[in-house]
Amino acid sequence: MSARTVLAIGTRKGLWLASSTDRATWSLDGPYFPMEEVAAVAFDTRRSPARLLVGVMSWHWGPTLAWSEDLGATWHETKNAAIAFPEDTGAALGRIWQIQPGPEDAPDVVWAGCEPTSLWRSQDGGETFELVRGLWDHPHRPDWHPGFGGAAVHTVLPEPGSDRVTVAMSTGGVYVSEDGATGWTPHNRGITVSFQPDEAPEYGQCVHKVARDAGDPRRLYAQNHGGVFRSDDGGASWASIAAGLPSDFGFFVLASPHAPGTAWVMPLEADTRRFPIGGRMRIHRTRDAGATWTERGPGLPDGSWTVVLRDAACVDTGDPTGVYAGTRDGSVYASADEGETWSSIAEHLPDVLSLRAVELP
Amino acid sequence: MSEPVELVLPGALRDVAGGARRLKITPGPTSVAALLDELARTHPALERRIRDETGSLRRYVNVFVDGDDIRSLAGVHTVLRPGAEVHVLPSVAGG
Repeated sequence: MSARTVLAIGTRKGLWLASSTDRATWSLDGPYFPMEEVAAVAFDTRRSPARLLVGVMSWHWGPTLAWSEDLGATWHETKNAAIAFPEDTGAALGRIWQIQPGPEDAPDVVWAGCEPTSLWRSQDGGETFELVRGLWDHPHRPDWHPGFGGAAVHTVLPEPGSDRVTVAMSTGGVYVSEDGATGWTPHNRGITVSFQPDEAPEYGQCVHKVARDAGDPRRLYAQNHGGVFRSDDGGASWASIAAGLPSDFGFFVLASPHAPGTAWVMPLEADTRRFPIGGRMRIHRTRDAGATWTERGPGLPDGSWTVVLRDAACVDTGDPTGVYAGTRDGSVYASADEGETWSSIAEHLPDVLSLRAVELP
Repeated sequence: MSEPVELVLPGALRDVAGGARRLKITPGPTSVAALLDELARTHPALERRIRDETGSLRRYVNVFVDGDDIRSLAGVHTVLRPGAEVHVLPSVAGG
């Protein structure tokens, strides 16, 4: 059997799975969890078979986490809720925004970023999660305010071979723990903001997404709510890399899993005009860690007034790297050549909220 | 032993109730909260779809006791008579 790529497509009204053996022709299967929001998807490839974890939210019946080890044929849900706030917090889970399997050296660890702003750690592969108290009880919490989409940890980047964990939240910014998620310090120096009088606060930034470079675990890229930044010191300091972009507003940033210095963003006109620039949906790629950017887009639409949200884009681990982007008007575009050329692999789905790809044997 | 309370479920919740449309709760709980506490023990995936972990009824879930919406009564503290019929229904919401 030849290897295949599976793309999990989480939408406002369910999950679809796209499958391909050549990344040119795709078959689409779904919906799973019809009428439920799927804002977080992840493949845990440290297991065999790979585990597909999803964060689903029914507007009627609330949020939950489920997983499948047979690509959706059957689903497992933890009997007593995988993620539930302890009674003393007085909080209730609103939505799972991010599911992030830990590094290879922590094979049973799975992280979850949730709304209200919280980080959770599972040490049993996702069956049960424990609230990370160090972040929940952080003295900055009263100053973390919800962005338009809600208040959540939306990015979790555990560092392989170390106790370091980086998270990002809107709003609040980037926080780093050096001790396995006990103590947390803001790491936002250099990330400027345009929505408050202090343009360089210690924290409070609306970081939309953070991605890690393939060559250096301490090199990070951030797409901010206005601003694209790079850090070469694990977030201790950031510098703008937006000079070569037509706009510094956008939602996602992706980094290559293989090629150091390679990353992708999709600039939108502005905070006040969240559209592809001139209605032309285009992706911008850097090969030199943001020093220069080139526009790529054959196959991406013109006359497009939709957007790709922060988790509705992903890369695969193929060679060359596949890049995927799903829009709020229910289209999914795929590139099998690192963003050079694109084709539509799904149309007319509900709003795409989350994408993740996996290579399966 | 008090008469059982009968819980009537919508189609969307039957999967988490073992396929049942109706559940008889014996001995009959004396309030909606007590009914949900019993569900948390016997059918936790069903219970957490009706109320969240703070004990609040989910916003778009309606519970009727003998035909009356508990939000117009005493909420989850609404008293159940022996043999009461409790309907759980999704409210009209969404697009």
